[in-house]
Amino acid sequence: MRPSTEPQPLSAPVDLAPDPIIRFQNVSKNWGSNQVLKSLNFEVAPGEKVSIIGPSGSGKTTILRILMTLETPSEGLVKVDGDTLWDVSPGQKVRETKQMRETRRKIGMVFQQFNLFPHMTAMENIIEAPIHVLGMNKAEAKERAAELLNLVGLGKHMNHTPPQMSGGQQQRVAIARALAMRPKVLLFDEPTSALDPELIGEVLNVIRNLAHTTDMTMLMVTHEMRFAEEISDRVVMFDNGAAVESGPPAQIFKDPQQERTRTFLRAVLQH
Amino acid sequence: MIWDNNFAVSVIPLLLEGLWVTIKITLLGTTLAAALGLFFAILRRLAIPVLSLVVSFFVVFVRGTPLLVQAYCAFFVLPAYGISFDAFTTGVVVIGVNYSAYMAEVYRSGIQGVPKGQWEAATALSLPSVRTWGRIILPQAVRTVVPMLGNYLIQMFKDSAVLSAITVVELMATAQAIGSSSFRYLEPLTLAALLFLAVSYPASRLVNRLERRYAPQH
Repeated sequence: MRPSTEPQPLSAPVDLAPDPIIRFQNVSKNWGSNQVLKSLNFEVAPGEKVSIIGPSGSGKTTILRILMTLETPSEGLVKVDGDTLWDVSPGQKVRETKQMRETRRKIGMVFQQFNLFPHMTAMENIIEAPIHVLGMNKAEAKERAAELLNLVGLGKHMNHTPPQMSGGQQQRVAIARALAMRPKVLLFDEPTSALDPELIGEVLNVIRNLAHTTDMTMLMVTHEMRFAEEISDRVVMFDNGAAVESGPPAQIFKDPQQERTRTFLRAVLQH
Repeated sequence: MIWDNNFAVSVIPLLLEGLWVTIKITLLGTTLAAALGLFFAILRRLAIPVLSLVVSFFVVFVRGTPLLVQAYCAFFVLPAYGISFDAFTTGVVVIGVNYSAYMAEVYRSGIQGVPKGQWEAATALSLPSVRTWGRIILPQAVRTVVPMLGNYLIQMFKDSAVLSAITVVELMATAQAIGSSSFRYLEPLTLAALLFLAVSYPASRLVNRLERRYAPQH
């Protein structure tokens, strides 16, 4: 953790960043004849907080799912923190490799539907992977889980199971669970889309807090435009499997250069 | 033939012994079927090229042939190839293997019922696959199918009467033996039926209660 007074990474044009922590090079993803990603080139600098916006079906979630190895690209190279996560030539059958598994450990993900384990308490959800993946001992894992639960404001809920918690609480536990693995990159896939409106704020607060206080790289797909504007170093507009525009939030939201971005923002900000 | 109370009472101890054998077959058979069925269900889900095909074929074969035929084959045919066990062991294995094919399907539906997000969360946490199965998927999958497994247990309890055909001295065989030695079938067969009912009816009530308790959590 780093004190919040330290300056945030600059929102410099990412093409100039020397060593991106995430790099997509000519990545395509096809579902039958439908091309979800079209030869995407995309980079994220270490520590950068990037929000991905765009209409549904534009391929934004697919980027996260490829990074989390939940989806296999049809073609292209994906590197994370210098290691190759995917290197797929067209038509190649890909198998999970050891290197893929090791690289994946640097990444955590927060899902739209939380995906907590419903038969386990909040505490058990959080300590499972640190113990069985990182080899942490139980006492240490529990201590750290308690800290994380406090961080997300749920210190008193450690023995509750997901069905006993609200959606907002579940999502906060899910964030704590992802953090317990100390990821270098944390992915958020529409983290508030499944929540009742009055529960969105508590989850956004936790994410905001993380964005301001950690040097973790954060990549977030979201429909919360104002939130994206507030916490991001950079916002990327996706449409039709390609990044149509990328820039600091002030530019994207106040002075978008692309007509597609303008029509999209007009549509979502008006309702 | 008129019901003879004294005779009926006199054969009860023998019938209870038979019932005990039936219960033992059921418990051992269910344990075997539950374990084997789970194994087969996981094998099929793992989609290991040849192995999964073999398991699929086995399930089709077992479900497509009568239990009685399988019992006869195991007891009268296999010994010709040097594989022979006593009637009780053969009976337990035959009925256990037979039911494992059905239970594999039950587990399969339970495993399929676990939301995809659970697998994805396990992947996102890099959990090893043994841990993912053992701690995340199976506890949720098995929970939802406990009542269905319970129903198969009750069905096996009744089906085990078939094993009387291969000389397993369970409840049905005991009743038959009493009948053929005394030439009175009314009392032993009636009592055998009542004893089956006395166990299976409360058991099915229990399964109904389990059904309510083990409703899916999602």
